[in-house]
Amino acid sequence: MINKNFFFKGYRSIFTHDSPAIALTCCFIAIGALLKNLGFNIQESIFSTVLTYALPGSLVMAESMLIGASLLNIFLAVWIVNARLYPMAVSLFPLMMHKSQPKWKYYFSCHFIAVSAWLIMKSNYKKIPKEHRIDYWIGIGSAAMCASIFGTFIGFSFSEYLNKDMMMGLAILNPVYFLCMLVGASTTIPVTLSVLIGTVLGPIIYLFSPEWSILLTGVIGGTIAYLIGEHIVS
Amino acid sequence: MSANIIYAILVTSIATFLSRILGVITSQGITETSKIFRWFNCLAYATLAALIARTIIFPAGVLSDASYLSRLLVVLLCLGIFFITKKNFVYPTIFSAILMAVLNNYF
Repeated sequence: MINKNFFFKGYRSIFTHDSPAIALTCCFIAIGALLKNLGFNIQESIFSTVLTYALPGSLVMAESMLIGASLLNIFLAVWIVNARLYPMAVSLFPLMMHKSQPKWKYYFSCHFIAVSAWLIMKSNYKKIPKEHRIDYWIGIGSAAMCASIFGTFIGFSFSEYLNKDMMMGLAILNPVYFLCMLVGASTTIPVTLSVLIGTVLGPIIYLFSPEWSILLTGVIGGTIAYLIGEHIVS
Repeated sequence: MSANIIYAILVTSIATFLSRILGVITSQGITETSKIFRWFNCLAYATLAALIARTIIFPAGVLSDASYLSRLLVVLLCLGIFFITKKNFVYPTIFSAILMAVLNNYF
């Protein structure tokens, strides 16, 4: 079963002095308000946060519903936007896999992959024995999920008090927080190069292919950064 | 609950979970010291950087109503605060929301 010590250690990690809980909660406040404006009720809004648990995916769903898109269109649009979760999973789970742990933990906990939890785990995994990293990860994911549900509830409940300026403030908070986290995580040459190339290349590729820009940038920018990084290290 | 909304939520969650579960399945044959792991690590960071850059430069939703200048100003000032405060994440994050709301209100 789940080791309680490491689970709660992970759970508490998002409530530190430089916690992502504030940013995460604020982002989901915006989502809660948006879903209410779309006609969702409170159960549907929380159901959406729990089941999807990915901000860009939720935004795409909301925008697609606004224009009356079909379910197939919603599926494809969300799948393309959230395809970034695939390389994020592949670059995280090998750090947590241990033969003493049952596989259901990995299949279950992959649902927690999102930018904030992923960046926290990437920053802290070396402090945790490999055998217990998955329990620590489940703790981080559970805490981030609780913060998201809380934010959705607050956003839904107080949406009529949120004017456009406040919604704009909540909307910029998310990219600024993630940008700071990415800059903070850039401690090695390959990661620093990946962040720099991704930041420059992403908007350029967007001009030619809006739908595929994030994935294309990831593959092109990541490969260039990897090759340069390997060359410098060798 | 409305059936259409429930279907939309279910479709969205399946589309999202697909990438996550495929990532876990792929991870089973990869060790953390392998070259492919390092490559995927670069892919993940570049993808995230592209997503954030796109959100700031080509935003969707309410943020698209803010001018380029105000968005750029907020991001640059917040990065400055991030370094001044010895890489604290909370101060620039909170400051970004306040500054954006104020800039949008007055400019």
